[in-house]
Amino acid sequence: MFEKIWARHVVAEGPGGHVLLYVDRHLLHEGTTAALGRLARSGRSVRRPDLSFATADHYVSTLPGSPTTDPEARAMVEGLGRHTAQQGILHFGVGDPRRGIVHVIGPEQGLTVPGITLVCGDSHTATHGAFGALAFGIGSSEVEHVLATQTLWQKKPSTMRISVDGQLGPGVNAKDVILAIIAKIGAGGGVRHAIEYAGSTIRAMSMDERMTVCNMSIEAGARAGMIAPDETTFAYVEGRPLAPRGEAWRQALAEWKALPSDAGARFDREVQLAASEIAPTVTWGTSPQDALPITGRVPDPGSVADPGRRESMSRALAYMGLSAGTPLSDIAVDRVFIGSCTNSRLDDLRAAARVVKGRRAVVPAWIVPGSGLIKRAAEAEGLDRVFVDAGFEWRDAGCSMCVGMNGDLAVAGERVASTSNRNFEGRQGKGARTHLMSPVMAAAAAVTGRLTDVRSLGA
Amino acid sequence: MEPFTRLTAAGLPIDLPNVDTDRVIPARFLRKDRGVPEYSRFLFHDVRFGADGAERPEFILNQPPYRGARIVVAAENFGCGSSREAAVWALAAYGFRSVIAPSLGDIFHQNCFKNGLLPVILPAGVVDDLRRQLHARPGATLTVDLETQTVVAPDGAQHRFDVDAFRKEMLLGGRDEIGLTLGFEAQIAEFEARHAREMAWAVPPRAGT
Repeated sequence: MFEKIWARHVVAEGPGGHVLLYVDRHLLHEGTTAALGRLARSGRSVRRPDLSFATADHYVSTLPGSPTTDPEARAMVEGLGRHTAQQGILHFGVGDPRRGIVHVIGPEQGLTVPGITLVCGDSHTATHGAFGALAFGIGSSEVEHVLATQTLWQKKPSTMRISVDGQLGPGVNAKDVILAIIAKIGAGGGVRHAIEYAGSTIRAMSMDERMTVCNMSIEAGARAGMIAPDETTFAYVEGRPLAPRGEAWRQALAEWKALPSDAGARFDREVQLAASEIAPTVTWGTSPQDALPITGRVPDPGSVADPGRRESMSRALAYMGLSAGTPLSDIAVDRVFIGSCTNSRLDDLRAAARVVKGRRAVVPAWIVPGSGLIKRAAEAEGLDRVFVDAGFEWRDAGCSMCVGMNGDLAVAGERVASTSNRNFEGRQGKGARTHLMSPVMAAAAAVTGRLTDVRSLGA
Repeated sequence: MEPFTRLTAAGLPIDLPNVDTDRVIPARFLRKDRGVPEYSRFLFHDVRFGADGAERPEFILNQPPYRGARIVVAAENFGCGSSREAAVWALAAYGFRSVIAPSLGDIFHQNCFKNGLLPVILPAGVVDDLRRQLHARPGATLTVDLETQTVVAPDGAQHRFDVDAFRKEMLLGGRDEIGLTLGFEAQIAEFEARHAREMAWAVPPRAGT
């Protein structure tokens, strides 16, 4: 599948195996305002504004009714609006109900479809690979390059297929699958690889769940993670506002059905996991690879032979304020965050609401929907009432507490049960301690005040 | 872009694997203009400075022999995580021009090339040995030569490294990549015409139509 998409987007061959690769979709957010500014100052214009789309997510306030107050953050949000207006780029800005996290609204609007190349100046762009698109994150200079030329110089990565087979147990979901994968291959295990996720477990997932899996490919070091499109994909895409329609839809569908990897396709590396071996999972350290089943205990650095690994584990435990041997389910949390491009979609909110219903949050807990439209849809189902009645805060769409740059922060020493994608030191605020987990596990932590096996709540 | 040819400078050993770009530059500094004079202070800020803004003496970059280092010698997967190019900008603002590691975060790796920093991938055993030498002789210098694709260790040992021919040419010449690509205008236009015929569905319908 990767090879098929790659081959159709080669514009020219360069030296050393580099090719000039064409970009079908370029997604922008206010973190990429600087690249738009540099382009304007250089006197160059956007080559294909009709293939570029923008939204504000990283720096916006998610407190309902509260505008972004920090002057520098505001300048980035407003700059994006100004530049996109000048360049004729469709922008889902503040006040537009379609605004939301860039990796949530691309699929929601039908911009993300199988068979295309899609880039964005954000490392979680692999999310869009869930549709069988070749999608990867790029840096600010590359953003400017795409704006000017609609292309990128790229070297073909190696390929890796990760197959997950079997049925997931109760309380186990897509987030547990990807955390288990990262724990298995390591935070650098996918470097210079494009991953294809396959197997019956992946096939059985909804699009929301598939996006959760592909989203965290970068946490295993891979820029791209993909899933072959199938009827689940087509049903999701059909009828979305910016998806192909009419004759274009019929042509697209015929091509998309031929996209999946051929039976004999060869991958540079193959990895297998059994769904039955995956439990509700949480991280204990400061790398997404530091993940264990909730039934486990904080690991002992002393039991590790490699001195580098031992030192980094000791450092992680010191930062996290944890002692080796502590049962993970004994760890008390100070706050809960359900949101981010990993887990802020309607399926995530529904799953969390099922756990929360009839219970009460005993620590501060936030729900940050991925887009304005998801927020509306959730409200139409009454999910907001479930959360608000349980004492949760029901906020506006945005990256919020995943990214530590919009005012939504945990304070030093605070321990957060979070559905986001990174537990790096300082990620959620200087000195903040992050435990990654699924929405149902975060909901369970909110109602008990500690890391909790959601299965023990009968959910 | 400043060309990279050959650099002899002190090396900074960083032993921690998986150093993420949030550690290289915390998110709250990403809104800052990279032209501000204090930009180099954002580098490794939260591990380099205490809450009062004073240097943490235990952080290696604060130790006198390493302060003038211009080459980072890192462990595996340095620069993983966020795509923030500011991680490279902060390194460059401090004066770093090269990063040697057994592996690098992919986006960070690409971002280095765009800013005149040379990323060098060498086998883990070789890089471990380089770091050992830099710890044993603080302030010891290495040479990174792009033309010959060679690193000369403090002990004089030479280690050859691979670099893409394309990236090598761009760095040696300090060339503007966008300018180069705009020279491919005819090929891009031809591709777009064919793409529009063969994959007409790949252009979204105009909003509101």
